[in-house]
Amino acid sequence: MITSENVQRNDVQFRPGDTVRVHYRVIEGNRERTQVFEGLCLARKGSGIGETFIVRKNSFGVAVERIFPLHSPKIARIEVASRGAVRRAKLYYIREKVGKKARVKKAK
Amino acid sequence: MATAIFGRKKHMTQAFEEDGTLVSATVIEVEPNFITASRTAEADGYEAVQVGFGTVPTRKVNKPHAGQFEKHETPPRRHLKELRGVTGEVGESIGADVFEVGDTVHVSATSKGKGFQGTVKRHGFGRGPVSHGSHNVRAPGSVGASADPARIFRGQKMPGQMGNKEVTVKNLRVVNVDVENGEIWVRGGVPGGRNAVVKIRKAGE
Repeated sequence: MITSENVQRNDVQFRPGDTVRVHYRVIEGNRERTQVFEGLCLARKGSGIGETFIVRKNSFGVAVERIFPLHSPKIARIEVASRGAVRRAKLYYIREKVGKKARVKKAK
Repeated sequence: MATAIFGRKKHMTQAFEEDGTLVSATVIEVEPNFITASRTAEADGYEAVQVGFGTVPTRKVNKPHAGQFEKHETPPRRHLKELRGVTGEVGESIGADVFEVGDTVHVSATSKGKGFQGTVKRHGFGRGPVSHGSHNVRAPGSVGASADPARIFRGQKMPGQMGNKEVTVKNLRVVNVDVENGEIWVRGGVPGGRNAVVKIRKAGE
């Protein structure tokens, strides 16, 4: 069991603005496989065991957002695909933007 | 034999189970409950053990209370309470290990006091209209009929003291038992504020 005393995912360094790849364990019947959800991290919320983060991606023209509990054992791995340079902690403004404006500057 | 123990409510937190589900849990601090005396059906008419727990400075303990511990040559504990239906050897202790993860328990404690409350908060009555000159906003409404029965039936819901009474929450699952730190985690909330004395009892015994 994962409790506030033995959280492991404090070493994963990613921030809002980064593009992350979340490897999520999916159980289908009695088979388990890993699904990858890649997108822009909009925000990290909460602290300790209850911390969550929001990932937004574009799936066949439809924007999809998923909220993951950071310390969930269902997350096999979190990879950072690219770093972004943003000036705020919550990138909710991206939701209103279309096309070129719905992007985040790459970090140098 | 029944299984029960006294503890103190610490705080609430969350934890992930093995399958990834997140559960809310209340952390209950349990230090060994020292058995000071036992009650038997022959001598007292019921089965129970008297236990002491919690720390207290010796100077704050009155003589009858201290005497219960002097007999066993242990320092006095703050609380001296009985656990009905529990059997145990006098001089021994009941520890957090009496429960296992997955056990179903009942948790009893004194709920937080809310003071003298009206019927809206206390019993969930609806309120009256607030505008158009209404003065019947949080009034209790009718409490009975007229000349017959010419009295108010017992149990009529009325304003009064709310909270600060013993409440039992039944069928909570034990999600974690930490014998080293003396902690029992139960799923969901339990009555009382922080540091409230709570009784944990195994369900169905």
